[in-house]
Amino acid sequence: MEDMIFYDRLQFAFTITFHYIFPQLTMGLSLIIILFKGYYLKSNKEIYNDAAKFFMKIFAINFTMGVITGIPMEFQFGTNWAKFSELTGGIIGQTLAMEGTFSFFLESSFLALFIFGEKLMGQKLHFLTGFFVFLGSWASGYLILATNAWMQHPVGYEVLENGKFVLTHFSQLFSNPWLLPAFLHNQMASLVTSSFVVASIGAFYLLIKKHQEHGKLFLKTGVIIGLISSLLVAFPTGDLNAKNVAKYQPASFAAMEGIFETEEAGAEIVLIGQPNMVEKKLDNKIAVPNILSFLTYQEWDKQIIGMDHFTKDELPDNIPALYYSYHIMVGLGTIFIGIMGISMLFLYRKKLYNFKPLLWTILFLVPFPFIANITGWYTAELGRQPYLVYGLLKTVDGVSPTVSSGNTLFTLLGFVALYMLLGLLFLVLVGKTIYHGPQHEKH
Amino acid sequence: MEIFWFIIVALVLTIFFILDGYDFGTGIIHLFFAKTEKDKEVISKAAGLFWDSNEVWLVAAGGLLFMAFPTLYASAFSGFYLPLIIVLWLIIFRAIGLELRSQIDHPVWKTIWDKSFGVSSLLLTLFFGIALGNVARGVNLGGVENGVSAYEAHYFFLPLWNSSFSPSTTHPGVIDWFTIVIGIIAVITLAIHGANWIVLKTNASINTKLKSVVFNLNIALAVLTVFSVSIWHIIEPHPLDNYLEYPAFLIFPMVYFAGLTGTFFVKKFKKEVYAFVCSTLMIVGGITSTLATMFPTLLPSTNNINPDLTIYNTTTSEYGMSVAMPWMIIGIILIIIYFIIQKKLTAGKIDDMDYGH
Repeated sequence: MEDMIFYDRLQFAFTITFHYIFPQLTMGLSLIIILFKGYYLKSNKEIYNDAAKFFMKIFAINFTMGVITGIPMEFQFGTNWAKFSELTGGIIGQTLAMEGTFSFFLESSFLALFIFGEKLMGQKLHFLTGFFVFLGSWASGYLILATNAWMQHPVGYEVLENGKFVLTHFSQLFSNPWLLPAFLHNQMASLVTSSFVVASIGAFYLLIKKHQEHGKLFLKTGVIIGLISSLLVAFPTGDLNAKNVAKYQPASFAAMEGIFETEEAGAEIVLIGQPNMVEKKLDNKIAVPNILSFLTYQEWDKQIIGMDHFTKDELPDNIPALYYSYHIMVGLGTIFIGIMGISMLFLYRKKLYNFKPLLWTILFLVPFPFIANITGWYTAELGRQPYLVYGLLKTVDGVSPTVSSGNTLFTLLGFVALYMLLGLLFLVLVGKTIYHGPQHEKH
Repeated sequence: MEIFWFIIVALVLTIFFILDGYDFGTGIIHLFFAKTEKDKEVISKAAGLFWDSNEVWLVAAGGLLFMAFPTLYASAFSGFYLPLIIVLWLIIFRAIGLELRSQIDHPVWKTIWDKSFGVSSLLLTLFFGIALGNVARGVNLGGVENGVSAYEAHYFFLPLWNSSFSPSTTHPGVIDWFTIVIGIIAVITLAIHGANWIVLKTNASINTKLKSVVFNLNIALAVLTVFSVSIWHIIEPHPLDNYLEYPAFLIFPMVYFAGLTGTFFVKKFKKEVYAFVCSTLMIVGGITSTLATMFPTLLPSTNNINPDLTIYNTTTSEYGMSVAMPWMIIGIILIIIYFIIQKKLTAGKIDDMDYGH
């Protein structure tokens, strides 16, 4: 049983981590693309149209990867988590089926039109198809997060005698208090990723002295959107999420923040420190007193419940992983604000395009928003453990009863091998597109 | 209500087999009949431009099945664990093949990805056919050993095959001689469908040859169909019961035979689209006739202890199904609109158009 749950969790974590790389880029990129396209309609300058079409190419590669790696996600609910599917399918099936029926169809139909239809449709219709792609990809994110929100904070359900969850209030799935902050936080984070990618491609062109006009445009756009979205990710969306966790999952909150002991007269915020699970304390701690209480409740001396308040059963099962995920996310987020803030200053003084150290920094920053997003997702998911449906259905009770751990290990290894190949392929394709550059688009 | 959702899921699944069916079929044709580089390129384009929007239907079918019949979803997906994961890998391989072939202009490179596309299309079709065969044959629900259920009544696990290779043992594997026959029927059907698609969408030089290929494959298919119907009673003692009870269901086999007969005239058709319509009718008829013999069963049980999974004992709550009905109807209307717009824009022969690839 131990093995089984371990391989099942590892497989899901691995496949979803790999999958999530792609939608987090496409969601943000779709917005940036229609901004370029919209600006082209207003200004009639070819360079904006080039930019829109260039990033649509990168979008298309990412979208394909997202589809390829997304199908296994849906299958795994049934193959590896059959018990979970059986018990909750009537509820989360609603949001997942809506995702397939509405947003996924919208996105894929209009993506084909956007890529192939420019000459046939004229510019305004072309913009509209781009807008529908954006709408589809954001609706997709919304419905997936509605699914996840229900698992984090179940609403509108009833549990039958046989353990099955059935839906009682459809509308509550979408008015779930967990949903909106999580969705906005996620969308802003994906905007961070895509704006950093845009900025980084711009910096690359300026450094290699190719496609420089486009490079300047990309860099400028990336930095402006990057700064705005980095700020929005932290406040208010990140803040609202943290408050939700404190309210609905206090045990996860204590573990995330590294609060081992309940602090009656105001809790400190931990900046650095390593959880020591044996002695139940943080090693090498650097913390600022009372800030956490203020951030969470706007009161300096408000009590924050620590991990000592909960039994072992109620606490997340991997506290160090949760703590590190959360702190890596927050730490990187802070660094993003700093670097984008400095870049903005240089941009404002018209020195950014020639300032090599900053260009190199922006170029090499590209993997980090992906890491921040993924650790953010881990924070949410590790925080929910040991439950699949928070407080109601344990993860151990959700696996497929008839699939042995050997089979899961075999398929896990297969996925690892195949995804290595996919990853390599993705880098080659995107690398080629970037190297060819946007001017290639002109006919 | 159950019947509404059964029809919806069956409809979406059938559309998936019609749409992704032709690009599976182009892969099979590509593997066996495409000889010149020009033909290979045109054929992979005829699939490559459409495969991802076709695969959307698979995701939709999965999602709807998950929502409306969660118990069936859980039971079948974990029971057919290995074949389904292999299907996933094949889907990925096929996609890689299609997307990669044109990236580097070298014969060895192209051969690798052409084979990857062709072989995975062939195996996928075979597996989907085998899956249909399994669903028709039924499985040992509850994993009954010596008259006792090893798991809950609707859970099971099938190995890929067992040593006897026979569909009538108490523990058949996923692959036995019956499901293999159904698998081969699927391969031939989709090969015909794919060939018709290539003829319809391209000006490839092998198009004339493909028409005789379709004719020959059709003969093989007719023979196999008669054979599979005649062995049907081995897995289902009274195969025609449902047709006697609901005579209206006879329309489904008639659709199949109309398509099958029509395909014999493939060389005479003035318009290429007629041939494609015929193979579409075969797919629609084939799937619906199979479902009609089973209705309302979704997955028959091969033991006497645990009951079959039907549309009635696998559904979610009445409320869940009714609340999803209006959004599903809106969804279907939207999908039809997208679909028409998309097909209009991609109408015509592929090799005459500039798709910027």
